[in-house]
Amino acid sequence: MTLDYILGHMNYWFFVILMMIGLYIVISYGNLVKKIVGLNIFQAAVFMLYISMGKITGGTAPIFPTDLQGKIQIDPNIVYTNPVPHVLILTAIVVGIATTSLGLALIVRIREQYDSIEEQEILDIDAATAHAENLAHGQAMGGRA
Amino acid sequence: MIETLINIALFAMLITTALAIVRMDRLFGVVMLSGVFSLLSAMLFVTLDAVDVAFTEAAVGAGISTVLMLGTIALTSRTEKRHNKRRLVPMLVCVVVGAVLIYGTADMPDFGDPNAPANLHVAPYYLTDSIEEIDVPNVVTSILASYRGYDTMGETAVVFTAGIGVLLILSGLSGRRRREDEEEDEEEQA
Repeated sequence: MTLDYILGHMNYWFFVILMMIGLYIVISYGNLVKKIVGLNIFQAAVFMLYISMGKITGGTAPIFPTDLQGKIQIDPNIVYTNPVPHVLILTAIVVGIATTSLGLALIVRIREQYDSIEEQEILDIDAATAHAENLAHGQAMGGRA
Repeated sequence: MIETLINIALFAMLITTALAIVRMDRLFGVVMLSGVFSLLSAMLFVTLDAVDVAFTEAAVGAGISTVLMLGTIALTSRTEKRHNKRRLVPMLVCVVVGAVLIYGTADMPDFGDPNAPANLHVAPYYLTDSIEEIDVPNVVTSILASYRGYDTMGETAVVFTAGIGVLLILSGLSGRRRREDEEEDEEEQA
């Protein structure tokens, strides 16, 4: 455990901490909006992990310098950061907002049907409905079920 | 060295924001803090040289998703109900999973290592040959729109599907509400 090792891996540990905070929100809180926020934190932690894997010390953003006519100037002394993870994460961010918006729409619909966005209350209503249905079926079968 | 310090400062702020989200039970505050979180992560992306990702995150994460969440809490409820649930098991799960993940980072290449396997495969090709082949100064643009154009098309299909899904789930919302109100009115009159 040298200082170099710690500095070189510290970033990854921060992502793990952030990711676990997100996971904790998702699994331990019953409010559906808060669960979505937790998922977003989880997702952002993954994005940061990928982006930091492409970072090169002393590098700069992968955009070539151009002259006034917009012609690309090739300068072999510039170190560029790896652009491939950036492309991947750009796609992931946009897909992430698509899934988030679908989740939020489902929450609005759930609230309309159950008048609640708390997981426990929704489960209770479901259990009560199932119980009432069972009783109704039993009576239809002659009251012996 | 200064970059490392900025990194640590940004991470400290990110973790503080995430913990504040855990503690907060007013949903308006939760949504605002998630916007703050997105903006801080955009700043982190700038220090990690991913400027394209940073402005997408600032526009999409801090902008659009905050607006969507505000709309959702306006249509549903503004506070979270506190349950006296025991939080020990979730905490334990998180600690165990986190420990396993940290164990998994042990043999990863150092942060910023130019010889890491991730930086040696196709990235040098894109950085050297895209000038000739695509002639766009921003390498991210040339990969996104040209080399990996099919991925971007697939992404568009996903966004389109999600849009249709949202429309189908929410369509008729105001109609159903009106009908319910009318039914209630009739019940009151009867």
